[in-house]
Amino acid sequence: MLSIQNLHANIDGKEILRGINLDVKPGEIHAIMGPNGAGKSTLASVLAGRADYEVTEGSVTFWGKDLLALAPEERAGEGLFLSFQYPVEIPGLSTTNFIKSAVNEVRKYRGQDALDAVSFLKLMKEKMALMNMDQVLLSRSLNEGFSGGEKKRNEIFQMAMLEPKLAILDETDSGLDIDAIRIVANGVNKLRNSENAVLAITHYQRLLDYIVPDFVHVLYQGRIVKSGTKELAYELEEKGYDFIKNEINIEEQV
Amino acid sequence: MDHINYIKEQFDQLQTAEAGSQLQAFRSKAFDTFNQLGVPTARNEEWRYTRIAPLFNNGFQLQENNLVLADVVTHRMPGHEKANELFFVNGRYSADLSKIISPSLQLALLEDALQGEHKELINTHLGHSAVYLRDGINALNNALVQGAVFIHVAKSAQVEHPVYIYNVTDGRNENVLSQPRSLFYLGVNAQLQIAETFITIGTQDSFTNKIMELVVEEDARLEYYIIQNDNAQSNLVSTTHIRHIGKSFSHGVTISLNGGIVRNNLNIVLEKAYCEAHLYGLYFQQGNSHIDNHTVVDNVSPNCYSNELYKGMMDGSSTGVFNGKIFVRQPAQKTNAFQSNKNVLLSNDASVNTKPQLEIFADDVKCSHGCTIGRLDEEGLFYLQSRGISEKVAKAMLLQSFVGDIVDKINIPAIRTHVEDLIAERLEYKVD
Repeated sequence: MLSIQNLHANIDGKEILRGINLDVKPGEIHAIMGPNGAGKSTLASVLAGRADYEVTEGSVTFWGKDLLALAPEERAGEGLFLSFQYPVEIPGLSTTNFIKSAVNEVRKYRGQDALDAVSFLKLMKEKMALMNMDQVLLSRSLNEGFSGGEKKRNEIFQMAMLEPKLAILDETDSGLDIDAIRIVANGVNKLRNSENAVLAITHYQRLLDYIVPDFVHVLYQGRIVKSGTKELAYELEEKGYDFIKNEINIEEQV
Repeated sequence: MDHINYIKEQFDQLQTAEAGSQLQAFRSKAFDTFNQLGVPTARNEEWRYTRIAPLFNNGFQLQENNLVLADVVTHRMPGHEKANELFFVNGRYSADLSKIISPSLQLALLEDALQGEHKELINTHLGHSAVYLRDGINALNNALVQGAVFIHVAKSAQVEHPVYIYNVTDGRNENVLSQPRSLFYLGVNAQLQIAETFITIGTQDSFTNKIMELVVEEDARLEYYIIQNDNAQSNLVSTTHIRHIGKSFSHGVTISLNGGIVRNNLNIVLEKAYCEAHLYGLYFQQGNSHIDNHTVVDNVSPNCYSNELYKGMMDGSSTGVFNGKIFVRQPAQKTNAFQSNKNVLLSNDASVNTKPQLEIFADDVKCSHGCTIGRLDEEGLFYLQSRGISEKVAKAMLLQSFVGDIVDKINIPAIRTHVEDLIAERLEYKVD
């Protein structure tokens, strides 16, 4: 569903992504790991369409469409979802109204009728039960005063409501304790099926105990330098990123 | 004829026509002040960013009321069926258009009231705003005061229906100078809600110079809502002066959406201990409009509380001014006074000058102030867009959430909904 070819991207004239190649098929879970500054979050941002980044080379197709030509909201309409590393707090905007707008705008994009109040409520209740989501959170302003865990759970709840084909989880585990990670990961797993896919970006292996990847890719200096199965994640956890860095540096010297 | 001569001529005519009036001395004194100070120019620090003097080249004239109810009905505010309605047309109170439905409200023309039992009270409080506004524009209203009203709210009266005030200018034929004037007295333990708006009919240039003075007695509670959404030819100086003469409470919201040059003077004088005042404001400007909110909170006695929050959204080439003064006099120990002004610039050509001004002479007080001027939060915008919400709708949602807490402070439901609708209309988006 997702095909990234030789993707290069800059921010403020500095090259962060230096030729990424990646293919994701329905039903797959891919983990992207790497040290700080490798370009993990940049990749997530470029895929979701954040304006600060400039793509200088390469292409990204999503279900055959040129993803980079689409506005962020069109990408969401096509079925792409980014779970933010730092979900934005918006005082005064009720979480429920926000989600209702999002659901109906996405439905509009997909040529479906807007949900009426009753159907929306029914859908909310269903997904709330699935995610163990607290009603109280939904009546509050969007993410305002939410704990780190509540914000991330709210991200996954939005994902449940929007039913994307590809979910990009940008450091969803960062700042969470092990219980919160388990809750969030369980939420993601409940939403999985053979039609959708997950791109989990993480610094640590521990998230991958709960969201078990089919493929693990190591991002370093803007490139995927190593790919493997979930065992690669354990190896990284054990040896640290230095062993990758050393391998690369040796290759470069040769 | 220049405007100084015109005003002199009008003053002389008025004084001759009302030779026996109790207001003669009041007008004369103010006229001297006006002669001395003139219409304020940019040389006056208080008027540095709001230039009204050039407007007076438009040859504004005082006009008699020649409107009938049919001309104004479409401009009435929602909820008017259950409201007392006061109409000022071209600055003069119109008994024909107005209606009083609350028996605890006693309304009289100022000159008539000066013949009656409240004479002392009126003489004490009429023109008190001039203590804080030492300029020719305040004096101009005083000098030509006519068709003004005195409204007395009886002791312990809980006025069930709000008072809607319409300041109407008939700009169909002439450039009109309109100077509505009112003095409210809220007796001990009385409660009153006021909603005021400004309407210009026709497309001529107009200048409205309103003064509303309110006296709030012990244990009384005042709520006032000022809605400004007039056409671009309508210029306005709106002075609202609230004098808390006993331990009492006031709560107000000023909403400025459209107009030409608009200056709001809001003075809150907390004269007795344990007074409480809440001042909120929202301005949402576009085109070439200009909005200036000059507020004064004067803490004269100890243990008073005031909270002030003004928010602005500036689009087009609009310009804005916020000037918030807080005085804490030496006896006003244990004052709690808070002030905040937040602005969002929506275009490259819009601008805001914001100036908090605290003068504190007591040593045991809690005061804070802050101001921000920024752009719409890009990260918030991207967050909403990433959830499938179009840029236009996302912007509207962010702006509505920015102003929501101000609009929510309007405690008359029909007026709150009215303001929500006006903002939704401007943003072309409504939260359902």
